[in-house]
Amino acid sequence: MSRDRVSLEICEACAEAVRLADVDVVAAYPITPQTHIAEVLSEMAADGKMEAEYVNVESEHSAMSVCIGASAAGARTFTATSAQGLALMSEMLYIASGLRLPIVMALVTRTLSAPLSIWGDHSDAMSVRDCGWITLFAENGQEVFDFTLQGFRIAEDERVWFPFMVCLDGFHLSHVIEPVELIEEEEAREFLPTYKPKYRLHPDQPVSMGCFAMPDYFSEIKKRQDEELKASYDVIIEVWREWESRFGRSYSPIVAHRTEDAEVVVLIAGGYAGTARLAVDEMREKGLKVGLASLKLWRPFPLEDIRKTLGHARLVVVVDRALSVGGAGGPIAGEVRSAFFHEEKSPVVASFVAGISGRDVLRSDFEAMVRKAFEYLDKGDLPYYEMFGVRE
Amino acid sequence: MAELPSWRTINHACIVFQPGNASEYLTGDWRSRRPELDKEKCVRCGRCWMYCPEPAILWDEVGGYTFDYRYCKGCGICARECPYDAISMVEECEE
Repeated sequence: MSRDRVSLEICEACAEAVRLADVDVVAAYPITPQTHIAEVLSEMAADGKMEAEYVNVESEHSAMSVCIGASAAGARTFTATSAQGLALMSEMLYIASGLRLPIVMALVTRTLSAPLSIWGDHSDAMSVRDCGWITLFAENGQEVFDFTLQGFRIAEDERVWFPFMVCLDGFHLSHVIEPVELIEEEEAREFLPTYKPKYRLHPDQPVSMGCFAMPDYFSEIKKRQDEELKASYDVIIEVWREWESRFGRSYSPIVAHRTEDAEVVVLIAGGYAGTARLAVDEMREKGLKVGLASLKLWRPFPLEDIRKTLGHARLVVVVDRALSVGGAGGPIAGEVRSAFFHEEKSPVVASFVAGISGRDVLRSDFEAMVRKAFEYLDKGDLPYYEMFGVRE
Repeated sequence: MAELPSWRTINHACIVFQPGNASEYLTGDWRSRRPELDKEKCVRCGRCWMYCPEPAILWDEVGGYTFDYRYCKGCGICARECPYDAISMVEECEE
């Protein structure tokens, strides 16, 4: 089936997915580089193109609080934010997950200050790594559109009931115009029927949510949350298969490129995977046996996919766009290492931190990181991590 | 106390379906000091009843004000607010 491809700014593509999802409530506070999503959605609501209540809030803490209240009352709910906005709402992110509310959020990833920076990296996303949201990284505009729509379906599945975050790189994705294949409203309705919550705040069937839990209950509640977040993996895969059969585009937790016979695999999340893919092809032409793993699914962490995709390689070069200050490696690199710690056959995992605060990572940079990792390996002095390209 | 639920059987998102079931939790267990009323001094003004953060002070037309020790946490607000010093806080361990 061939479809028209429409040129859209990726923020607009995200907003269009939200409109097609027929949301009931949007509560958002504008912050660069997320602004265009909030702007377009507020226009759609004001112009009657979307039958949603757009709540103008005074902060991101309130934005998430409104989403929690609306979702608890049974509304399909969306918000979007970036960096400091995410930090401000972080308290409420844990509550949304603890209450198991299927809120969908676009996180337009941006550097957490200070120093003040509006540019992109993954420091914001990584700061809420443990908040209990399903979290995906999109690589391009099509993925932003698809993941946003899929997000509602996955989050609202009665086997899931978790909030869902789609991360898109600030500026490198958010402000770029790309061709995107849209779907028809009717198709969206079929894929995403009206949300029917099993539990909600309603006077006919009163319930209390978010009650106090004593120490003799809390661990069991968290264990259930953890097990069910991990179990959402199967539903995500199921929804991706259905998406492929309906719309022809397939997804997996890690999208691999030329990894089968690769001696070294570069792993990265987000838009820079596009550059890395070109870099891999260039390196292949030079005879280097390199592959790429583009990480889409961050939570639940796809342990088995990591092992399957990377397990045969001699070296894995993880490029993190976030620094764990004073830590033992980039956030993704640390988890990739953990995935192999008990495995008999394990690749060496090199951790580079690059692309911080919007700094470009060029094709030549990916090649330089691969070559550097090999040099360290040969000399036997691979560091736990290295900030790549920093002026000495 | 009933057997505690496992993580598999605990309510989804810890949702509480039974309204008002907080009353099953007897917070009087927390108390280290107990309020006692001197009925000679009490003028039944009701200030203790108004200030009590639990409803742990009960009113009875015949008996006047009494304490519900199942829920009284022993915070002592009633004793502090009583304008006639009719309420004294007594250490539980003295008995």
